[in-house]
Amino acid sequence: MQLLSKKQRKMLLRIVIAAVLFVPLLVLELTGVSEEWAWYIALPVHLVPYLIVGYDVLRKAARNICHGRIFDENFLMCIATLGAIAVGEYPEAVEVMLFFQIGELLQAIAVRRSRRSVSDLMDIRPDYANVERDGELLRVDPGDVQIGEIILVKPGEKVPLDGVVIEGSSNLDTAALTGESLPRGVAAGSELISGCVNMSGALKARVTKPYGESTVAKILDLVENASSAKAKSEGFITRFAKYYTPAVVLLALLLAVVPPVFLGDFPKWIRLALTCLVVSCPCALVISVPLTFFAGIGGAAREGILVKGANRLEELAKVQTVVFDKTGTLTSGRFTVTVVHPDRMAEEELLYLAAAAECYSDHPISLSLKQAYKKEIDRTKVASVEEIAGRGVRAVIDGKTVLVGNERLMLDHKIVPTECCHAEHRGTLVHVAVNGVYAGHVEICDELKPDAAETIRLLRPRKTVILTGDHASVGEDVAARLGVDEVHCDLLPADKVMKVEALLQSKPASSALAFVGDGINDAPVLSRADVGIAMGALGSDAAIEAADIVLMDDKPSKVTTAIRASRRTLRIVRENVVFSLAVKVGVLIAEIIMTSLGSNSDMTLAAFADVGVLVLAVLNATRALRVK
Amino acid sequence: MIMKKTFELEDLDCANCAAKMEAGIRKIDGVKDATVSYIAQKLTIEADDDRFEAILKEAVKICKSIEPDCTILLK
Repeated sequence: MQLLSKKQRKMLLRIVIAAVLFVPLLVLELTGVSEEWAWYIALPVHLVPYLIVGYDVLRKAARNICHGRIFDENFLMCIATLGAIAVGEYPEAVEVMLFFQIGELLQAIAVRRSRRSVSDLMDIRPDYANVERDGELLRVDPGDVQIGEIILVKPGEKVPLDGVVIEGSSNLDTAALTGESLPRGVAAGSELISGCVNMSGALKARVTKPYGESTVAKILDLVENASSAKAKSEGFITRFAKYYTPAVVLLALLLAVVPPVFLGDFPKWIRLALTCLVVSCPCALVISVPLTFFAGIGGAAREGILVKGANRLEELAKVQTVVFDKTGTLTSGRFTVTVVHPDRMAEEELLYLAAAAECYSDHPISLSLKQAYKKEIDRTKVASVEEIAGRGVRAVIDGKTVLVGNERLMLDHKIVPTECCHAEHRGTLVHVAVNGVYAGHVEICDELKPDAAETIRLLRPRKTVILTGDHASVGEDVAARLGVDEVHCDLLPADKVMKVEALLQSKPASSALAFVGDGINDAPVLSRADVGIAMGALGSDAAIEAADIVLMDDKPSKVTTAIRASRRTLRIVRENVVFSLAVKVGVLIAEIIMTSLGSNSDMTLAAFADVGVLVLAVLNATRALRVK
Repeated sequence: MIMKKTFELEDLDCANCAAKMEAGIRKIDGVKDATVSYIAQKLTIEADDDRFEAILKEAVKICKSIEPDCTILLK
C-alpha cells in the first residue's frame, strides 16, 4: 500500500498548483498593488486558484443541499468563502479554502496510516496451507483444507490451521497472538495454534478445525468487528455535531445582523460572522474521537489484548472493582509440592512412597508428586494399586502396604496423622502411612503466577475480590499472600454468578466491575459482569464468545495493562475534545473582541487555527497506538 | 435467514458521510443492522438472505448519493 491513495495524490497536486498560482497574488496584495485593481480583474484571477483547490467542496455542498442535507463542513466552508468573495476579500477566500483542503488531506493521510499500522500488527492471516493429498504436497487456500487432513508447516511459515502435531518438533513464535516474545516449544502430540509462526523445524500436523473456526479466523473476525461497536462518547460527538453546525450558523447570522444594527459598519460584522463559520468546523472532533478508539484497540491487540469494541474500552476505563476467579488467573492451576514432613524416614523416601503409590494416576496432585520426586519410578516394584474414591490410594510397594491420601483415608484405617507443624499451612495435605503406621505428609500448593502479587498491587486503589471453589483455608491464604481485599470460598459456578450480582449491587453506580476468568465454566459470570475478561483464551470458544475482552496469554498483569491502555485512550479522547473546543472558542472570542475594538477580524488566522487543531488532534489520537 | 457480509470501501474520506451512509442503509427494508466504519473503511450489512442482492444495490446507490467518490468493493 502506498502512502497516498490515487485520490489523495490528485488532491495534493491540486493544492500545490493552487498554492503556486496564489503566491504571486499574495505578494501583490502585501505590496498593495492589487488593491487598486477593479473587481472585474481581481475576482477572476483569484477565482482560478480558488476553484482549482475547492471545486469539489462547492460541488459536494451543492449536492447535499439538493438532497436536503445541508449542515456539514462543506456547507460551512462554502458560505464562508463565498461570503468572503461577496465582500471583496478575494485572497482570504483562497487562503481559507487552501487551509481547509490541506487539513482534509492531512486527516485522510493520518487515518490511512494508522489503519495500516493496525492491520500490519494483525498480520496473522495465513495465505496458504501445504496439505498432503494422495502422497503429494499441495499448496492450497486454508479454507479448502478439511478436518483430519495432514498439513506441513515449514520453518518460517505461519501455521494456517489449528491441529495436533504428529511429526517433528519446533519452536513457535506466538508474539502476534499473545504479545509474548518467548517461543513456545512443540513436539508430536502438542496442540498447534493457527496464526503462530513456525521458527525452527518442519512440522506435520493433523487438522482439527476448519479454517472458519480456527483461532486465527476467530481473532481476525474479532479485531475487524471491534471498530463497528461504537463508544458512547463517539455517539455523543456525532449527536453533538448534528446540533453544533446549525447552532454555529445561527450564531454567525446573529453576529452578522444584530451588532451592526446598534454599532453600524455592516461589512466588518459580516466578516466576523464568516470567520465564526470557518473556525467552528467540527472536523477535528468528529474524526479524532473514533480514530483514538481505533488506535487504542489496535495498540491493545498488539499486546495480546483483544477488546471487542470501543464501548468495551470505555467501560474498562471505569473499572473500580476487579473480581478474579482464582484458579487459572492468579494461580496457575498447576500443583507443586511445597513441604515434605516425614515422621520416621528421610524426606526422599517419603516422596518416593507417595509418588510410587500414585504413579498410575494422572490427577494434577499425582503429577506434582512425581515431578517433586524427579527420578524415574520403577513400576515393577509397585503392586496391586487400588484407588479409594474420595480418599486416596492403597498400594503395595517393595512388599510394604502403603496408604497415600487425605485425612479421611488415615482415620478409616485408624491411623492418627500428626498435626502439620508448618505454621503457614496453606495447601492440600497428602498423608502417607506404611504398614498401618503413620509416616508423614506432603503439602501441595497451587502455584501463584509470578506476576499475580504485582498485578494486585498495581490494581490498587481498586477493590479486588477472589472467588473460588476451593476450600476456605486455601482461598484465604492466597488472598492474604496477594493482599486481595475480599475472598469468597467454597463456591459452585452458580454461586459465583450470585456473588457477582451482589457485588454489582454494592458498587458505586458510576464505576464498573470487571470479572477475570480463565474461560472454563465461567461464561455466565463473564457475560453478567460489566466487563468480562477471559484469560489465556487461545482456543477456548465459549470464553471468546462471552467475554468483552480476551487476553491471549495467561498473565494476570495483562489486566492492568488493559486498564491502563483504556484509561490512556479515554484521556486522549478528552484531551482532544477539550483542546479543540478551547482553541475554537478562544479564537472566536479573540475575533469578536478584535471586531468590536474596531479592527478587522482575521479569517485566515481562523482557518489556520482550525487546521492546526485538526492536525494536532489526529497526531494525538495516534498516540493511543502505543500501549506500553 | 439473516446473512452478514462485510465489504471494503474505497476513498471514503469523511467521517460525517460514513455516519450518514450508515443511517441511510439501516433504513432500507430488510436490513437488520448496518455499520459503516470510516476508520476501518468497511461496510457491514446484516440482512435477509433472499433480498440481499437488491439491498446491496440500494446501499450502493445511497453511498453514491452521499459521497460520489466512494466505491464499495464488491467481491
